[in-house]
Amino acid sequence: MSAPRYAIGIDLGTTHSALAYVDLDAIDGERVDLRVLDIPQLTAPGEVEEPPLLPSFLYLPHADEFSAGALSLPWRDDHDFAVGELARARGATTPIRLVSSAKSWLCHAGVDRRDAILPNDAPEEVSRVSPLEASIRYLAHLRQAWDHAHPEAPLSEQDVTVTIPASFDPVARELTAEAARAAGYEALTLLEEPQAALYNWIQASEGNWRKEVKPGDIILVVDVGGGTSDFSLIAVLEHEGILELHRVAVGDHILLGGDNMDLALAHVVARKLAATGSQLDPWQLRALSYACRAAKERLLSDPELQALPIVVPSRSSKLIGGSIRTELTRDEVTAIILEGFFPQSDITQRPVSKARGGLTRMGLPYAQDAAVTRHLGAFLGRQVGATAELEGFVRPADPDASFLHPTAVLFNGGVFKSDILIERTMATVNGWLAGENAADARILGGADLDLAVARGAAYYSHVRRGSGVRIRGGTARAYYVAVESAMPAVPGMEPPMQALCVAPFGMEEGTEVELPSLLTQDFGLVVGEPVHLRFFGSSVRRQDRMGTMLEFWAPDELQELEEIRATLPPEGRRPGEVVQVKLLAKATETGTLELVAESRSGGERWKVEFNVRGNGQDED
Amino acid sequence: MSDSNATPPVNTDPSFLRRIPLAFGTFFSILSEQRFAARVLDLRLPPAPAAPTPAAQAPAAPKPAPRPLKEATPDAALQLLGLLQRDARLVDFAEENLEAFSDADIGAAARVVHAGCRKVLREHFSIVPVVQDPEGSRITLNEGFDAAAIRLTGNVVGTAPFNGSLSHRGWRVAETRLPKLAEQHDAAIVAQAEVEL
Repeated sequence: MSAPRYAIGIDLGTTHSALAYVDLDAIDGERVDLRVLDIPQLTAPGEVEEPPLLPSFLYLPHADEFSAGALSLPWRDDHDFAVGELARARGATTPIRLVSSAKSWLCHAGVDRRDAILPNDAPEEVSRVSPLEASIRYLAHLRQAWDHAHPEAPLSEQDVTVTIPASFDPVARELTAEAARAAGYEALTLLEEPQAALYNWIQASEGNWRKEVKPGDIILVVDVGGGTSDFSLIAVLEHEGILELHRVAVGDHILLGGDNMDLALAHVVARKLAATGSQLDPWQLRALSYACRAAKERLLSDPELQALPIVVPSRSSKLIGGSIRTELTRDEVTAIILEGFFPQSDITQRPVSKARGGLTRMGLPYAQDAAVTRHLGAFLGRQVGATAELEGFVRPADPDASFLHPTAVLFNGGVFKSDILIERTMATVNGWLAGENAADARILGGADLDLAVARGAAYYSHVRRGSGVRIRGGTARAYYVAVESAMPAVPGMEPPMQALCVAPFGMEEGTEVELPSLLTQDFGLVVGEPVHLRFFGSSVRRQDRMGTMLEFWAPDELQELEEIRATLPPEGRRPGEVVQVKLLAKATETGTLELVAESRSGGERWKVEFNVRGNGQDED
Repeated sequence: MSDSNATPPVNTDPSFLRRIPLAFGTFFSILSEQRFAARVLDLRLPPAPAAPTPAAQAPAAPKPAPRPLKEATPDAALQLLGLLQRDARLVDFAEENLEAFSDADIGAAARVVHAGCRKVLREHFSIVPVVQDPEGSRITLNEGFDAAAIRLTGNVVGTAPFNGSLSHRGWRVAETRLPKLAEQHDAAIVAQAEVEL
């Protein structure tokens, strides 16, 4: 493989994907020439356009649905599926054949992500695809678009960074890396999206970022995309006169984004229409949702406007007679968006979560509380000690603080195109800060909200090669397996469980930690039989080392993840034999976590699989 | 990315891409300006029988064959029509009979058409004013100005430089970005019939 000519960044988003790149031959000090690739895609049958964003939608057409050649792309003319704008548009009228939000499914622990389950409400005859396969198709489309534009420098020979939500668990990270490899990506790194947004801000400042932050700053990144909300905290340190950035905490996975907001508005308007006797079909509801988004942005940016007309065009050719006219008022937008999604909540309030009804359809686990600010408050509250043990951090932790005090905020995601939402979020955060006598946080501004993540990822691909500042931090969680206590059985009581730390917080990429050998927590694996282990993650227990055994923990300290599974291949052993193994954790260069079982007698190693089976389903 | 038009020399025939805006502009000018419509009507009449004069002037020289007019392929026009129908419902709108509807109904539909037309124009063309000065200001046209891009009106006498007031800034399409079409694509279908199963 020849030396890469380009550093590429890919934002594999829930609703949109984008590709940005840096020409490594054209770098001038801190100035880099960052470009965004226009992505050829079908926009109508037989029509190919090149917008900068690729909608992350996949359409699985009926055999009779398109005429020959209608799905041709510049690089291939025998596709039997469509990705991008055509998929999104077609899916609005035929949702049973549309795969959307594949990324949210990719990190949905309740399902098997390799199983062909999407679209989840498709009838029998539609040949479904797995969340993994859908991701592969988006990534392959981006690779083909790149190779088509740069035949002399194929993507497989370039350094590529693919972004993921900071909240992705080890399984979702592993699956993203697997999808990228299957799509033909070779030199691959994963990067958390809030970090990518900060890299973009650093790159855009052309070196001035050093004047805008100082040691002791804590930068809060608030990233509200189309489908997810993602928070991260990044501390600024000084080491031998050089500024360093440490990502000290990431938030939980929250399925809540701009699309929910537009849909919420559309439903309110649709209810209003229903009261006057106009029923909307799904196609009209989508048209209404687009119209509401545009009207929302104008109403939120212009205080003079009291209402804007909304027209839902008819589907028939009778445009004038069949269209439905209504309006969206300032009061509605304020009530739904500002008070519904960005209320000025109290820092002590926590997101409401209620037990789901017994019979829920299989679907995505959307956030039950729509208030982004309450989720943010909960995140800052949980991370109050995030910088307490950060070596070299100059700002002393306030012992009375009930939440971590950010000093600067970077916004990302299309939702924040409305300045009023930025203002509301800042007012809420600064209200919390004022309540604890802390100074106001400031805004780090000036990013292209649609493309910041892709651009930041491309910049990261470049700085990984050795020039420029890098955000440190390593893994954002500690991981544990459950171990049953050895104690006499008590009827009617489950044996108490202990948690053994198998991967500490903050493992830097490319490092390996071994479980200390003096411990007796070995695992006996039966040859040929999978052993299932309950698996936990913690985003707050920074102090635990490899091998730490927890007897007690607060209920919100550890979150149960999917089971992991270790299977010893039967080769060279008697079936039924028990082999003693110890565990090792590896943070790979790509950005995934690997657990390895090593036989006590030494030498042999087996990868522990993050079990990607859903609850209660097992292939064995 | 796509064809872009620098200002062409005055005398060349406008390219097809330039003729698209010209056609649209002419269409609206015919509707709104009676005198302009009359001039177009003249153009469309068979040429006046002016034959005797040239014959008298140059009896020896063979009469230069009229330059053949370029035949425009309809594909790009159909494609644009398809885009205007898809995003702006332009064909639906123009085909409908307005008489049965109230102004409020027509206004509602006009919003769809307007928003869609604007989207098509923004996405597929980069349109810039021919003259940057604000409308109503006095401007001077020097000799050799681009008569294809600037139209003189009113008291058109004398020689350049001409001084006048700018009544319309004009529009020039600086860049056109039409979708690429698959080989078998039938552009004549500007809107597919839809059958819900």
